[in-house]
Amino acid sequence: MADVTQEQLFEFLCRMGDNTLVLGHRVSEWCGHAPVLEEDIALANTALDLIGQTQMWLGLAGEVEGKGRTADDIAMLRDVWDFRNVLLAEQPNGDFGQTMMRQFLFDAWHLAMLTALTKSTHEQIAAIAAKAVKEVQYHVERSGETVIGLGDGTSESHKRMQDALDLLWPYVGEMFVSDAIDDAMAAAGIAPDLADLRAQYDAHVTPVLAEATLMIPEGGFAHKGGKTGFQHTEHLGHLLTQMQWLQRAYPGATW
Amino acid sequence: MYAQMVKSEAADESAEAQAFQARIDAGEKIEPKDWMPAGYRKTLIRQIGQHAHSEIVGQLPEGNWITRAPTLERKAILLAKVQDEAGHGLYLYCAAETLGVSRDELTEMLLDGRMKYSSIFNYPTLTWADMGAVGWLVDGAAIMNQVPLQRTSFGPYSRAMIRVCKEESFHQRQGYDIMMKMAQGTPEQKAMAQNALDRFWYPSLMMFGPSDADSVHSAQSMAWKIKMNTNDELRQKFVDQTVPQAEYLGLTVPDKTLKWNDEKGGYDFAEPDWAEFFEVIKGNGPCNTERLAARNKAWDDGKWVRDGLLAHAEKRNARKVAAE
Repeated sequence: MADVTQEQLFEFLCRMGDNTLVLGHRVSEWCGHAPVLEEDIALANTALDLIGQTQMWLGLAGEVEGKGRTADDIAMLRDVWDFRNVLLAEQPNGDFGQTMMRQFLFDAWHLAMLTALTKSTHEQIAAIAAKAVKEVQYHVERSGETVIGLGDGTSESHKRMQDALDLLWPYVGEMFVSDAIDDAMAAAGIAPDLADLRAQYDAHVTPVLAEATLMIPEGGFAHKGGKTGFQHTEHLGHLLTQMQWLQRAYPGATW
Repeated sequence: MYAQMVKSEAADESAEAQAFQARIDAGEKIEPKDWMPAGYRKTLIRQIGQHAHSEIVGQLPEGNWITRAPTLERKAILLAKVQDEAGHGLYLYCAAETLGVSRDELTEMLLDGRMKYSSIFNYPTLTWADMGAVGWLVDGAAIMNQVPLQRTSFGPYSRAMIRVCKEESFHQRQGYDIMMKMAQGTPEQKAMAQNALDRFWYPSLMMFGPSDADSVHSAQSMAWKIKMNTNDELRQKFVDQTVPQAEYLGLTVPDKTLKWNDEKGGYDFAEPDWAEFFEVIKGNGPCNTERLAARNKAWDDGKWVRDGLLAHAEKRNARKVAAE
């Protein structure tokens, strides 16, 4: 089995951790503002799971890097170009439908990815995935049910969900585009071949969207640049100004 | 308190009412299907409803800092805490529903201003230390009232309080933990902690409401065991508990008259500005407008979601019936 470099492994772990960090942050923005109390609780719960997973992924990234950085250092003290989350995760919440569509499109990928990672040759990665996959199973059940309920609800809810799908679908492709890092991970048996996940993803997502009476947009265009860090959207910088405010304003303080 | 100045209805003198009072005096719990005086029911709906609304509006001042929490752990803890508050709101609305009012009706009354929520949530949270102060002081004050309410006469309310209290004591500890970290931190952090105490001290004392020692409403509520102590008793207990904690933190309670009184075995302290309290209750607190606007916006923006999910549930049921 091929070896991976420390840098490649660090990069991969940042991708996993930044996805959960940035999406967890976005979901947490809802706290206290959801359409019904039960949804408020469920959104907070999802955000909480994602932040917990972030602690594990970025904690391991810090260990692998070996420069003494903690998960907090990595989360709070990097700038936009060092973030490795997919562009989908940083998209703004929009209305509740847009938030739940983003969640479902991500969750279905996340579930497939984590399921594969439970068989990783890297013990700690397999252990994190084993814990996270149980949480994500619940996330995707809930986001899928909500997408169905709202897609197949009233004409207004249907239209809003179709608009959300049209807006977010072009961000799906990036989750399956492999680069040298992904190839190295796959060759070492650390992570799956992303192209293999696509078939699973489509088998999961297509029937849910059909039940929701929603049409998957035509054309295979995919935005990219998030997971490589080459080019994020403008939204990420604003998210970081909030998330990192205290750590940046009071350097060296402990909290 | 989370329920402040709840106006109590008068008792009636019927034989049923007397038998009801005898059950309460004997320490029995009243359950939703039991006979109860109309006044008891109405007062409880007001009190539990206000308590529930306070939990819901109370998400906002803390939710204000979730996206700016300084570490991943603090963010997770704060999220869990605010989620607990929403859960408390849910138990309390359920308890109120057993009295024959729906959650939607109560929500409408909150949103159009017919029902109130605790005055404390109309104060802003300006720095991270405020997350500490809210946990330590606001949850601390809430616990003072909620611990005795575990023994309240209405079964569903009492059981809700038992669950709530378990979580609230964790909330208070996390608040104190934030304050401790700040008070022992950099000079800026310590200043932030003192500033938070300066702003939250008097509003916390106001949470118990004005003195009700001579109030007939309070006397009736106490006879019904839906209020267990006078406002002054609870406020005194809160001050006595909190002052040594502030001293331990090395922070100064913003009350120059504060002094231990050996004779009464408690502190003498300055009353909050009750004129300010009544202004806040009337809608003139620093954040009343924003808090109600935020709740109204969440409700209005969420209408299409609630309608959509309901429409889907109806379609699904119709399909199921058609298939059978």
